[in-house]
Amino acid sequence: MSNAPVDHGRRRFLTIATSVVGGVGAIGAAVPFIASWNPSERAKQAGAAVSADISKLEDGQLIRVEWRGRPVWIVKRTEEMLAQLADTENRLRDPGSEEPQQPGYAQNRHRSIKPEIFVAVGICTHLGCSPTYLPSDFAAQVEGIRSGFFCPCHGSRFDMAGRVFQNVPAPSNLVIPPYMFIDDNTVLIGEDEGAV
Amino acid sequence: MFKNLMSWIEYRLPFTDKMNLHVMQYPAPKNFNFWYFFGSLAMLVLVNQIVTGIWLTMSYEPSAEGAFASIEYIMRDVEYGWLLRYMHSTGASAFFVVVYLHMLRGMMYGSYQKPRELLWIFGMLIFLVLMAEAFMGYMLPWGQMSFWGAQVIISIFGVIPFIGDDLTLWIRGDYVISGATLNRFFALHVIALPLVLVILVFLHIMALHEVGSNNPDGIDIKRDNDGSVELTEADKKFTFHQYFTRGGKKVIVDAIPFHPYYTVKDLVGVAGFLLVFAFVIFFVPEGGGFFLEPPNFEIANPMKTPDHIAPVWYFTPFYAILRAIPDPLLGAIAMFAAIIALALLPWIDRGKVRSVRYRCELHRWNLVMFCISFVVLGVLGVLPATPTYALLSQIFSFTYFAFFGLLWLYSKNEKTKPLPVRLT
Repeated sequence: MSNAPVDHGRRRFLTIATSVVGGVGAIGAAVPFIASWNPSERAKQAGAAVSADISKLEDGQLIRVEWRGRPVWIVKRTEEMLAQLADTENRLRDPGSEEPQQPGYAQNRHRSIKPEIFVAVGICTHLGCSPTYLPSDFAAQVEGIRSGFFCPCHGSRFDMAGRVFQNVPAPSNLVIPPYMFIDDNTVLIGEDEGAV
Repeated sequence: MFKNLMSWIEYRLPFTDKMNLHVMQYPAPKNFNFWYFFGSLAMLVLVNQIVTGIWLTMSYEPSAEGAFASIEYIMRDVEYGWLLRYMHSTGASAFFVVVYLHMLRGMMYGSYQKPRELLWIFGMLIFLVLMAEAFMGYMLPWGQMSFWGAQVIISIFGVIPFIGDDLTLWIRGDYVISGATLNRFFALHVIALPLVLVILVFLHIMALHEVGSNNPDGIDIKRDNDGSVELTEADKKFTFHQYFTRGGKKVIVDAIPFHPYYTVKDLVGVAGFLLVFAFVIFFVPEGGGFFLEPPNFEIANPMKTPDHIAPVWYFTPFYAILRAIPDPLLGAIAMFAAIIALALLPWIDRGKVRSVRYRCELHRWNLVMFCISFVVLGVLGVLPATPTYALLSQIFSFTYFAFFGLLWLYSKNEKTKPLPVRLT
């Protein structure tokens, strides 16, 4: 054992250097533990965006696609349906879509990117039934309005933009999922490339 | 032979000495009242939760497909499974009952004040872990309230700006709450958090024994041995561990050894507690829908939201604060602030007198107002959010926080009553 005097500078350097290297190692070792909480490949597959071909969609027609286990409606609205959106507004709970039930780009009167193409999650915001699409018989539910969505479970009513009427059990408008148009005939549901 | 074995062990691990230090020769103030039951009762409930929890794990199946059915299997087919489950579910509520009373005791007698700040902080950490533990445990039956309660609680993290959405995705491990979420919560509930909890309880007790127990009078029982303290006959009766007398530098007045005096007294508390506990388990195991909520007897269904989502009763005071503020981010901040404020009590309270017995009249009423606010918020938290209830929530959230503000103001130059020299 040597009795050389302690070199404090060298000791401090070694202490700091060892701590830094050890700290980096600890951070590196934490990565797998933290990353393993991210959605697995299986979950990502199950939750992936789905595309739908809308080239054959006729005026007033509704098609359903499944996204993350839920039915998503795609409706091609007619000029008449769009015109009626203005007539319903004084009878709606949230005509301006103030509640965050849609991405920012769908916070408008028609609650969609393209006015005629309506994309919405077809689940009633009350208790999760799927409302019925009434393209021409809706007047029996709401006087003077020809088309809309009617939930058979508890009688909630929504207009052609999925906006909820007053005095029904559903508290808020139908949910609009994130979506984007890949081209004129294809809509991708579940992804919007972060567009706002 | 036995004595030889004991001294052989003692040489290698000072077991007898540590038992003396923490149990047989631990000086406890002689004037503990019933409020001092709740610490040991919390330990009893912890043991109950760990033991019944281990047994439940033996029959429970942590998966979205099998969880709900396995609970029914435990309830119907496993021998005494119903009892083990009800002991565990009632134990969760009992845990919060005793912990809330334990915390109130600390607030009444100023047990958080110097030098017990760290002790209080450990207690608050235990409270936080307990809330996480209870929340994750409530998800395991995979009923409707398990699912939707978790939906509400996890979405609270979603209000954090910028990282909120990614954070909730990371917590869930899926785009919706799913089996992935259930399995990780199961792992945390049965291994990670109980380990943390036990370690924190150990630290809580070590910190307690270092600074010593407070008492309803809030005055110290360890005095400097400078000849100024007159010892009574009773004071001379007991031997306390030399660690507490600091080798003669301190004298201890009005104290009794923890064992057998408080172990026996705590047994009375245990008996009373078990009477109520057993009554709930056998006659009202669902606690009137507050311990186990009715929607939770239906399997989790992501397509069907229950009419009214209310958390279990022990979260409702904080839930009411969350809902009282219309802005979600500010609401979440207020909710966490309600807990942080409690943790900061040792620094918010600038008073020198500990016990409410000798503090100003305003402090007494402030404490009463705090308790009323907490209870009313708890009631409001289970009710639907109508405009009237929302307004009431706002008022009582205000009075909840006002407690801390007022305390900070008047404690600086408080008009206190004279403290007794000896415990009363």
